[in-house]
Amino acid sequence: MTDQEQAARHHPVYDRLHATPEFAELRRRYRGFVFPATVAFLSWYLLYVILSSWATDFMSTQLWGHINVALVFGLLQFATTFGLAWMYARFSAAKLDPLARQLEAEYRKEGNV
Amino acid sequence: MDTQLLTTFLFLTVVALTIGITFWASRQTKTAADFYSGGRSFSGFQNGLAIGGDYMSAASFLGISGAIALYGYDGFLYSIGFLVAWLVALLLVAEMLRNAGRYTMADQLAFRMSQRPVRTAASVSTVVVSIFYLLAQMVGAGSLVALLLGVDSEALKNLTIVGVGALMIFYVVVGGMKGTTYVQIVKAVLLMIGSALIVVLVLAEFSFNLSDLLGAAAENSGKGEAFLQPGLQYGASLTSKIDFLSLGLALVLGTAGLPHILIRFYTVPTARDARKSVLWAIGLIGAFYLMTLVLGFGAAALLDRSQVDPLEGGNQNLASPLLAEAVGGGEGSTGGAVLLALIAAVAFATILAVVAGLTLASSSSVAHDLYKGVIKKDSAVSEDDEVRVARIAAFVIGAIAIALSIPAQRLNIAFLVALAFAVAASANLPAIIYNMFWRRFNTRGATWSIYGGLIAAVGLVFFSPVVSGLPTSLFPDSDWSIFPLNNPGIISIPIGFLLGYLGTVTSKDPAAEDRFTELEVRALTGAGAEQAVHH
Repeated sequence: MTDQEQAARHHPVYDRLHATPEFAELRRRYRGFVFPATVAFLSWYLLYVILSSWATDFMSTQLWGHINVALVFGLLQFATTFGLAWMYARFSAAKLDPLARQLEAEYRKEGNV
Repeated sequence: MDTQLLTTFLFLTVVALTIGITFWASRQTKTAADFYSGGRSFSGFQNGLAIGGDYMSAASFLGISGAIALYGYDGFLYSIGFLVAWLVALLLVAEMLRNAGRYTMADQLAFRMSQRPVRTAASVSTVVVSIFYLLAQMVGAGSLVALLLGVDSEALKNLTIVGVGALMIFYVVVGGMKGTTYVQIVKAVLLMIGSALIVVLVLAEFSFNLSDLLGAAAENSGKGEAFLQPGLQYGASLTSKIDFLSLGLALVLGTAGLPHILIRFYTVPTARDARKSVLWAIGLIGAFYLMTLVLGFGAAALLDRSQVDPLEGGNQNLASPLLAEAVGGGEGSTGGAVLLALIAAVAFATILAVVAGLTLASSSSVAHDLYKGVIKKDSAVSEDDEVRVARIAAFVIGAIAIALSIPAQRLNIAFLVALAFAVAASANLPAIIYNMFWRRFNTRGATWSIYGGLIAAVGLVFFSPVVSGLPTSLFPDSDWSIFPLNNPGIISIPIGFLLGYLGTVTSKDPAAEDRFTELEVRALTGAGAEQAVHH
């Protein structure tokens, strides 16, 4: 299939699937997770960057030995990145994939593909 | 033991290994889908390794550890930005791109917009980003080889650049996406093992006490505790603080707009595999950047300051290889020679894998977007024809990269990479995000945001102190710098988003809005997405 055909094709099955409550629910769940999560991790990251420049005294506070707040804050960015990735993996497998599979199966049935 | 001989031997081993892999992969590359996307048949784990191999560049391995060795804590920002950026790819881009596109970044825009303008725009920005990134890697390769072989001659550096260029063309032309992927997988494994080995040896010097390592680094740096605190490199003035923020933005938003990363999401059978590959990549890349912290502070603690400080005749980009030599027993010892040669060969493999990915991304876009989509208007271009053009494009882009790298050798590697990230974040990310989440988004919005973000990022750098006005500038004897920051992201990224919005609301494109329904269903459910190729 060339891209030209792809552009011309608009199977009505897409409109039907788009209108189903399952699709609305899938999109609501997806956006309900990723939009707040994106705002949260970007704010958390920017807070780190801004504190590094404008709150150097706080960031330089020594905690144990030579380990200071700045280092712990940086390592926490790693921890939150791993944590959020893990949460999304669990969330998507439990809440998104079943709905997506169901809709994709309907597409195969209705779209005759 | 003769380090130079051993280094040369290990370099040649890496080259021979990758050439063997490429020939092996070429036998399985038959169709266009094989060439562009490896038949979409890699597993999530394999692709996760390959993403790591594609992403952890010489700028990461040599550059970040060097920056930490030299500036202490401020070098750590790169590690954090480069990692957190993967959440953008995981949450907003990877799965939907896999479902909506085929071979290139432009596919998902062309899905619902006028083919020719958006394919042209996306192809231009793909090539520009990839060339900046290529220059950084090739310039790095030139200085790495010259310094490791102990011959600081222009001729040897140029020869290395030509050699690396010839190899990357070979990987792409002969091996396509399959060959490139396996080269990246091998490199990722080598890089993780090599780094872990040095990290363990460094930590062992300090009885696995991180605080002692940091203390020794602070003392040896001559800067005291300030070495462990933010601000050494960027804390001097308000301008440099804003520059730091601007860099931070480009790092976190650039990754999900890098064309050579985006096309990796097409190499797996389903969107769920794309998600798995990003999860593996996050684990791998995160572990690697944690290790750069130990490598950087280890180099600061164990190396003589004059070895890494360019002001004292050192080279910060060699902090990791020199650290390997030091923990192996020091200069002149067998252990030191072996580890130095080993880490140098790993760095070389790192460069080869990244340049192959970049060449593949840009030649795919030239063949699939420009040749097939724009010049031939899609009319009856056979797959063989398209792949033939992609191979020719790999030659041309490789030749351009070689030709530009030779005069670019006085540019700072980290700057070139940061510029590539800034362009990717300003030109590509706004279009990708709008396209997936905004029904109203249309052709004019896409072209305005891509060209606008691209021109803003490159233009601001042209008028910055990086290019003119300072002794460290590219043109130190002239001064046309009117933009005070080195990093354009804080201005150019909002410009990309703003122009995407303005272009959209000032034009009507009912077809694009109509096809958003299909795009959304397909992106979220995989209905109608491209299937894996079975041989």
